[in-house]
Amino acid sequence: MTDVRYLVPGTLDEAIRAYAAAGSAARILAGGTDLLVQMRSGVVQPGLIVDVKKIDEMMAIEETADGGFRIGAAVSGAMLAEHPRFGKVWPGVLEAVNLIGSKQVQGRASAGGNLCNGSPAGDSVPAMVAAGASVMIQGPQGRREMPVTDVPAGPGRTNLRPGEILVSFTLPPRPPGSGDAYLRMIPRTEMDIAVVGCGVSLSLEAGVCVAARVGLGAVAPTVLLVEEAAKALIGSKLDDAAVRAAAAACSAACRPIDDKRGTIAYRTRVVGVLLTRAVAIAARRAGGH
Amino acid sequence: MNIVTNNKWIGQRTIRPDGADKVTGRAAFAADTAMPGMIWGKIKRSPHPHARIKSIDTSKAEALPGVKAVITARDIVDFPIDKSVMLGIQDMRWMCRNVMAREKALFPGHPVAAVAATSEAIAAKACDLIEIAYEVLPWSIEIDDALKPDAPILHEFNRFEGQPSNIAGRIEVKKGDVAQGFKEADVIIERSFATRPVHQGYIEPHACLVSVAPDDKTTIWSSSQGQFMVRAMVAHLTGIPQSDIRAIPAEIGGGFGGKTIVYLEPLATLLAKKSGRPVKMVMTREEVMRATGPTSGSKSTVKIGARKDGTIVAAQGTFYLQAGALPGSPIRGAVGCSFSPYDIPNVLSVGYDVLSNRSKVAAYRAPGAPIGAFAVECVMDELAEALAMDPLELRLKNAARQGTKAAHGPVFPRIGYVETLEAAKAHPHYTAPLGKPQGKLQGRGVASGFWFNAGGESSAQVNVTEDGNVVVTTGHPDIGGSRAAIANICAELLGIDYRRVSVLIGDTATVGFSNLTGGSRVLFASAMVVTQSTEKIITTLRERAARIWEIDPEAVKWENGAAHPASPNAGQFEPLTLAELAAKAPAQGGPIGAGVQLNTEGAEGGFGTHICDVEVDVELGIVRVIRYTAVQDVGRAIHPGYVEGQMQGGVAQGIGWALNEEYIYNRDGKVDNPGFLDYRMPVCSDLPMLDTVMVEVPNPKHPQGVKGVGEVPLVPVMAAVANAVHNALGKRFYALPMSPPRVLAALDAKE
Amino acid sequence: MAKLHVSTTINGEPVEFLCEPNDTMLDALRGPLGLTGSKEGCSSGDCGACSITLDDRLVCSCLMLAAEAEGCRVGTIEGMAKGSKLHPLQQKFLEMAALQCGICTSGMLVASEALLKRNPDPSEEEVRFWLAGNLCRCTGYDKIVRAVLEAATEIRETAQ
Repeated sequence: MTDVRYLVPGTLDEAIRAYAAAGSAARILAGGTDLLVQMRSGVVQPGLIVDVKKIDEMMAIEETADGGFRIGAAVSGAMLAEHPRFGKVWPGVLEAVNLIGSKQVQGRASAGGNLCNGSPAGDSVPAMVAAGASVMIQGPQGRREMPVTDVPAGPGRTNLRPGEILVSFTLPPRPPGSGDAYLRMIPRTEMDIAVVGCGVSLSLEAGVCVAARVGLGAVAPTVLLVEEAAKALIGSKLDDAAVRAAAAACSAACRPIDDKRGTIAYRTRVVGVLLTRAVAIAARRAGGH
Repeated sequence: MNIVTNNKWIGQRTIRPDGADKVTGRAAFAADTAMPGMIWGKIKRSPHPHARIKSIDTSKAEALPGVKAVITARDIVDFPIDKSVMLGIQDMRWMCRNVMAREKALFPGHPVAAVAATSEAIAAKACDLIEIAYEVLPWSIEIDDALKPDAPILHEFNRFEGQPSNIAGRIEVKKGDVAQGFKEADVIIERSFATRPVHQGYIEPHACLVSVAPDDKTTIWSSSQGQFMVRAMVAHLTGIPQSDIRAIPAEIGGGFGGKTIVYLEPLATLLAKKSGRPVKMVMTREEVMRATGPTSGSKSTVKIGARKDGTIVAAQGTFYLQAGALPGSPIRGAVGCSFSPYDIPNVLSVGYDVLSNRSKVAAYRAPGAPIGAFAVECVMDELAEALAMDPLELRLKNAARQGTKAAHGPVFPRIGYVETLEAAKAHPHYTAPLGKPQGKLQGRGVASGFWFNAGGESSAQVNVTEDGNVVVTTGHPDIGGSRAAIANICAELLGIDYRRVSVLIGDTATVGFSNLTGGSRVLFASAMVVTQSTEKIITTLRERAARIWEIDPEAVKWENGAAHPASPNAGQFEPLTLAELAAKAPAQGGPIGAGVQLNTEGAEGGFGTHICDVEVDVELGIVRVIRYTAVQDVGRAIHPGYVEGQMQGGVAQGIGWALNEEYIYNRDGKVDNPGFLDYRMPVCSDLPMLDTVMVEVPNPKHPQGVKGVGEVPLVPVMAAVANAVHNALGKRFYALPMSPPRVLAALDAKE
Repeated sequence: MAKLHVSTTINGEPVEFLCEPNDTMLDALRGPLGLTGSKEGCSSGDCGACSITLDDRLVCSCLMLAAEAEGCRVGTIEGMAKGSKLHPLQQKFLEMAALQCGICTSGMLVASEALLKRNPDPSEEEVRFWLAGNLCRCTGYDKIVRAVLEAATEIRETAQ
């Protein structure tokens, strides 16, 4: 009765061939925690499901020669948490990925799926943006790299071209004195979609902030990289005035909507609070290096 | 009254008889059942909040391969508007229109047709092929909108004060003269409140499996709070006689009142009859949220006046509760329970049942009472503040006691409300210091509440097996551990080991009429009939021993599981155990068993007093409950673990109602959050341990002193939380839920 | 479209079944496999009543295609007891009245067992956050958390 096909390619080339051939009827299956919900509710009715979990490159976690990380796009939050070093270097990215849903969801959900689902509220994205991560994409025309920030195109849409599959995330090498953090506002303690999400990554030298990136989620159609907030922090000792200026920059940058999860007024109000708290945590972690 | 005091089993935390099945996944819930030849039923639902149904064309659906039956409202027995037919508290005129739209679709999700097919996918596809012509009508959802002069009228036949109206009913409870009473008040507090509709939130969606033979003999397995209600409703709606219907209660995955009516069973029955195949129907979570009865949203105004010394002289409440698409909101609970904890000479309590284009409300744990108590208990808190009195002291000063004429009519017999107040006051929680963590404010609040509780019909059979053990068959689905309590009672009465008593729930063919599992009545009612049945068996056992010993039955006593001579004068005989008498039964007069059917009376209402601590993140507006103590007058805790469980469960639901649960509607009048993601019930990490104090003031009219316990725990919670938030922030909240945007806006406004 | 044939291991036993490509693992468990212990509460991964383990990892079976079970090891509630011997978690749930209606119980037990395998000595907070994906409407979670903590203690003490 059903028209859907399920494919488990063993190589990336095989996956891209099948995925590209099926056009808009195809969907990538990693953890399935978005896809299966959308299929069950009828929002998505794929003709072809391409299961990428047998493709080594998409399931691997590697430390690169320069000290960065490459994480396969289909790696689950639980797998990422079990890596001996990743959480020590990027605690903010790790906590962001592992705030998605429940423990059951984290057993399957991937940063790749979270990014490609295109939800403005996806928890992993602000942290990846703050980390300065880039993604490796492969399609019928070959490989290319892109900053994570450039992937989301709007609610439910990405800038991947037809036939392209997100293969892996690359996180840059971390200078000493660096720390990151991700905080979100949700009404309960777990299980909610972020009303506001804030990722902060910074590097300190002798108490002075020499690098910073701020990513905001759920306050615009796509995740925002707030350069004004980073500027306010860089060169400062993360004193109250600097952090306040960064928080104000965040409030100014956001363009949220009223929906069943939050109001414009509330989101705008809260984004500064999260920024302040996330900076404090990132700074503490940076001091610990 | 003969309260058993040497408690071997009553009051013990025994292992429930159905427990092993439930922890191993064996227990059969309705969706777990299957039958050979089974097909699947699906419902086509209205997309419109309000629309006249002009035509229904099912031909394309019927032609789809795999489709075995299609039904519409034409297949359901009609109950004309001009004649009320009551089944318990439900009017069949509304029930028949609720299970399927007749003249009009009244809310988005209202069933308009149903299909049975060989797979769920085919049934769903067939539903899409049913063509319905609607004349879309204007709609209203909120109470204010439904009461506007130009509001769209849902039912032309519904009139209030001579005019077509969306007010479907008004009730009133009156004591003394409030106008006069308020004149004597030194302090008067009058406030208005609003609550949003909330859902009972049972984790198991409605499900049933129905088989109808060619001669109309019908078997229904369903998740319900009353197999006799299922049988009766299905009989009414299909025309099949009750005697031909066997309704079997599957294990039920939560009800809280929401499963005291039928949604699927009549439709599955008609589909099964038409197709000649057993039909299974299971709701999706979205269907549950859109199309089953949540409880009412409300608007209330409460005014309470007191003298300087704290004596309350008058109280007045007006409660508007949403009925949804068809009449029947729980105004009785709001009107009747809200002032009942207090001895007030002048009371006027009025309720209005308001129709609007949302799903018809169903009962939810003390229906109406939590809504009324939210308003009254918050006003009591403000009153205490205005009088500079401790809030528990204010309640003690005005507490209802034995002999108080309750606002809702009866004179209270021996009740335990004062005991709950005193226990709360004495509890270490009440005086524990609050913390001052950085960026957060903590506060404490108290509230009380009352619920009527019910008695009603119950049947049971108790039979002694040939090997000397006991099988008890009762009539009420077990949603809270009642089987364990019944086993405790039966074992205690017979003086045998608890594990020798097996407790089963009968179906409509195997046990006598028993009313719903609801109204906090299951243990009260079933314990009464089980006790009487067991006492009859004990009488029989004494007679059997007497015959064997050739003495008078009066000279035989039953003790510790055996018959003994009642005194040395009766003679020297070795005791005869239950097992020995059971073995001798065939020769001694036949099977040993007894059944009792009763309309049980003597149920007494219950009271609770709660203490709640909250912590508010003032920058984000997030409220967390950090400590909670629920004190309740439970009559007698036959199984303390399950009584505590009822208290803790009600508290958790109330916390959700207070902080995050609400139905959210979009611009098109449809529910925007029909799932557990955005209908935010408390998760494990949201709550602290929930402490309970069971105050035992036995019900003198019950053999074990039992009072209903299940519903009272929800009644005080929202006010306890709101009063705690006020204590933390110095800000009163008159609307629920106290979700973060509302709390933050209130904090900002304060500055 | 023909059905897919899946070979997998469930509760230690080799199992084969047929399914549609878009059937979830929960559909397969409750349908052709007759393992109705895993429950359907929401089909959107929000309630945890369908919890199973997949290669020892706690997942929602409603969020997984049945076809993905190929070559994997699946653990369900039906595999928790060993014959008639209940797992300490199951026993504690009974002793401490950590269930009322029982519909969430399968998921709670599977999730709790997964927790204790990873963290044999969890704090109350750790238990609560681990079980945040398992909704219960009857108990308010109090007795469930207590039962998990007690079972953890018993398992640790037995292991010594």
